[in-house]
Amino acid sequence: MTIKTSHISHNIIATLFALLVVLAGCREEQLIFIPEEVEITTPQFTDVQGFYLLNEGNMGSNKATLDYYNFRTGRYSRNIFAMANPSVPKEMGDVGNDLGIYGSKLYAVINCSNKIDVIDKKTVKKIGQIDIPNCRFIKFYGGYAYVTSYAGPVVITPDYKQRGYVAKIDTATLQVVDTCLVGYQPDELDIVNGKIYVANSGGYMVPNYENTISVIDIDSFTEVDRIEIEINLQCCKADPRGVLWISSRGDYYENQSRLFAYDTRHNRLVKTFDTSVSSMWMDGDSLFVIGVQFSYVTMKNEISYAVINTATLEQVSNNFITDGTDAEIAMPYSVAVNPITKDIYVTDAKDYISPGRLYCFSPQGVKQWDVRTGDIPAHFAFLGDNINEK
Amino acid sequence: MRHFLTYIAALLCVVGAWAQDSTSVTRSRLDSMQYLSNVTVFAQKYYREVIPAQTLNGKQLERLNSHSVADAIRYFAGVQIKDYGGVGGIKTIDIRSMGTNHLGVFYDGIQLGNPQNGQIDLGRFSLDNIGEISIYNGQKSEIFQPARDYGSAGTVYLRTRRPRFEGDKRNNLNITIRTGSFGLANPSLRWEHRFSPTVSMLINAEYTYATGQYHFRYRKRFSDGVVAWDTTAVRKNGDLNSWRVEGAIFGYPTNGKWNAKFYYYDSERGIPGAIVNNVWKTAQRQWDRNFFVQGSWQKKLSERYEMMLNGKYARDYMRYLNPDTTLMYIDNTFHQDEIYVSSANKFNIMPDWDVNISVDYKWNHLNSNLVNFVYPIRHTVLAALATARTWWRFKGQASLLYTFVNDRYSSRFGEQVIEHHSKKFNQFTPAVFLSFQPFEHHDLNLRAFYKRIFRMPTFNDLYYTDIGNARLQPEYATQWNVGLMYQRYYNTGYLSGMKFTADAYYNTVRDKIIAVPKGTGQYRWMMMNIGKVKIVGIDITARLAFKLPHGIVLDGGLNYTFQKARDYTNPADTLDGGTYKGQIAYIPWHSGSATLHVAWRSIDFNYSCIYVGERYHNSANILANHEEPWYTHDLSASYSFAMGAVKAKVTGELNNIFNQQYDVIQNYPMPGRNFRIILKLDL
Repeated sequence: MTIKTSHISHNIIATLFALLVVLAGCREEQLIFIPEEVEITTPQFTDVQGFYLLNEGNMGSNKATLDYYNFRTGRYSRNIFAMANPSVPKEMGDVGNDLGIYGSKLYAVINCSNKIDVIDKKTVKKIGQIDIPNCRFIKFYGGYAYVTSYAGPVVITPDYKQRGYVAKIDTATLQVVDTCLVGYQPDELDIVNGKIYVANSGGYMVPNYENTISVIDIDSFTEVDRIEIEINLQCCKADPRGVLWISSRGDYYENQSRLFAYDTRHNRLVKTFDTSVSSMWMDGDSLFVIGVQFSYVTMKNEISYAVINTATLEQVSNNFITDGTDAEIAMPYSVAVNPITKDIYVTDAKDYISPGRLYCFSPQGVKQWDVRTGDIPAHFAFLGDNINEK
Repeated sequence: MRHFLTYIAALLCVVGAWAQDSTSVTRSRLDSMQYLSNVTVFAQKYYREVIPAQTLNGKQLERLNSHSVADAIRYFAGVQIKDYGGVGGIKTIDIRSMGTNHLGVFYDGIQLGNPQNGQIDLGRFSLDNIGEISIYNGQKSEIFQPARDYGSAGTVYLRTRRPRFEGDKRNNLNITIRTGSFGLANPSLRWEHRFSPTVSMLINAEYTYATGQYHFRYRKRFSDGVVAWDTTAVRKNGDLNSWRVEGAIFGYPTNGKWNAKFYYYDSERGIPGAIVNNVWKTAQRQWDRNFFVQGSWQKKLSERYEMMLNGKYARDYMRYLNPDTTLMYIDNTFHQDEIYVSSANKFNIMPDWDVNISVDYKWNHLNSNLVNFVYPIRHTVLAALATARTWWRFKGQASLLYTFVNDRYSSRFGEQVIEHHSKKFNQFTPAVFLSFQPFEHHDLNLRAFYKRIFRMPTFNDLYYTDIGNARLQPEYATQWNVGLMYQRYYNTGYLSGMKFTADAYYNTVRDKIIAVPKGTGQYRWMMMNIGKVKIVGIDITARLAFKLPHGIVLDGGLNYTFQKARDYTNPADTLDGGTYKGQIAYIPWHSGSATLHVAWRSIDFNYSCIYVGERYHNSANILANHEEPWYTHDLSASYSFAMGAVKAKVTGELNNIFNQQYDVIQNYPMPGRNFRIILKLDL
């Protein structure tokens, strides 16, 4: 009896071990992600060949990825950087923060990986890397790239403060040739008439935010002026007339996010808009503004899709999505406009940790298509001939 | 029979045996599986719990190559661990996919509180002074307990070692030295003293130093197997420097028992951080100081009435520093206090019918140097009414827990108080446990339970500057479980015992508190009650013990868990890459463990294996979110010998013997092959 039972037990234990061994056999070494390509719509032949979309990836996830939409094939490809550069350990890195094309190169600013990937804009092969700690935004002028960074020198007394700076990078040698100190935690910058304007946020110094724009003379590369605008500045884009469109994030309490128009020709603030800004895109005389404002009354994000005519300084639309698709978008994160067709692209970052989505709208605001992206789809760069590639 | 009575009598005489709580007989029975199988048949009638725990004790714990409680808990069915790697890395556990915050961790009978974030880092509790770890789904189904013990969806009881004295010894001294990989230096000292046959004490001190450095390797291949990239680096900033001192005094008067203890833990550690492109080390540091004193007194005041009083005061300090000059400078400190008192009262109405009434009061406080901090205070009153009934071969228990919580805090702008707030919440939650033994002479038990419980939002959830949401409601978990347990012991033959359990369960978590992006600006979040998860699972455990010829003792165990834990949060998110009905983050469908132990004379040999199947790090179950399975194999061997009056034991451990390179959490590499050497001296 006992012996019989123990035989059965032996069988049980053997079976369970076998099961475990079978389960244990499933581990595979991680593969380089094969880019996923999906057909979205009919091909379109204009001077715009396609656009790159940089997905930020949540902090710590190392999931900054690059997607590409090809107008000539109507196909959308996800995560093309990893496959084009299979020998780069840990791929693009952590938190993509800005993207730009200049000349033959695509520049991806990867904030938490403390570097800028310099990529061939046609082949997506990595050409080089520029190490800049805590780098934020990039703009180009006269053969140089200008990049803001939070990681300037530290001032201990009386409080711990970290100055920010703008790095000047020679786009031929990919070397930092000069730096210029600006305010605290500088974000976006733009270049008008020989001057660099930098939106300082002071985001590390809550509640004592920065409230200025730094003005850098591009020739001497020194800070020549500070202009008070509002606390916690973020976006800074110049329109064709030299008016800077600057956004404040507010302090998330009493002071709401707002938009300011500052005329660099007359050195004065010309208008303030009570529209919240989380992302904006300048297309000709139209400024597309996505705003997400958290309301402590409804405990929800209040979302707006505004268009401002930069010539008349009037808001011409408060919802450029006209077909009700806005109800599907949980967390609009970024907006871009096709320079030729004027189609509007809006990304949805959802909960920041699951894959985002890209929506394409006609100029009339009607959804054309949508597609899955990487995590936190955020920064666009259009590729084409005879267009301003950004 | 006589043999058994002699054994029990001997047990009673030894101070410390009785020190074990009312489930001691169950325990000694589990203990005895390898040694005293003839005792166990009789012990059966003594276990009072409707559904017994999964338990690891004494020697089993020693054999598991585990450094911390978290390492050991991996060997339980239904448990998933979040391990950030290394000696100092955070290790939290999750029972049956309901989330770490639904787990109550009790240290010598009183819950370890952390109202700040609700999580207990079990990696911080070394096994040096732990005598037993038990894990209960639902709650400990034994009614004579404080109200707080009814208040979690799952419960882990850590029981420190009790002093035991052989013969008329009055002092025991134990010195243990551990060293090995990661630059580990880990001496500990333990002194036990007997004042009288009924009163004894112990003092235990442990120091741990580790550089925390280890090599890790990341590698990716093309689909044809060619290596795309392959990189090896050293894990940095994982160092640990900690002290632990504990002392306790135990008394065992007639018809009762009491104990009092203190605990102090002081540590500094590096926080290694995620390994991402171009960032291979971090600079963040953390300091912790945890102190508590607690006492318990229990007495049978009459044939029909038994009373238990518990009390605790705890103070915790934590400092987090980010000195990296390229990042935001952070230097935050947090102080928490807790005062806790409890009274449990058991009435024996009829021989087979008990009723218990417990009332607890708890006071928590959190201070911090965070900007605009609200200085929350939480008063909690818990009252539990429970009844246990045995009828024929049925056993049942039902309990109803009443919880009243009052949070007081003041919103501030800088130093200026803007408004005082007081928020009240109360709720009743029930639980029912049943078991049935269908055959009188076979130890087969069918069992089932239902429990509904909630977890309060933590102080961080509610009040953390900017992220916290003071309007949060509790998060509810409902559990349904059916299962069986079969065990049998043999006096003759090679097989000396077997035990088998299987449980199937269905859990739901609703109003789950999750971070939701908010407003303008990067990575700003708000805590919201919007999550919903449904979990279907199966836990199976099997243990076998053999007595082979030539004095060889062999025993082995297998655990297997299947879990389908699906995210029902957002029904609209069903497009490709959507999260709706996806398996939730880091929960594998299949996981399990195996242990094998062989003993011959003074030599012990152990093998253990952990398996965690494929997972995703997000409810969007797409390739980009896929995490590979991992499994580690550990071996250890020990040899016991005597040097005069000194008993010595040397153990060598080899962990992760196949040097598997894996992440439990994305971008947090785990150690590869590593070793440890332990020398224990008892005098």
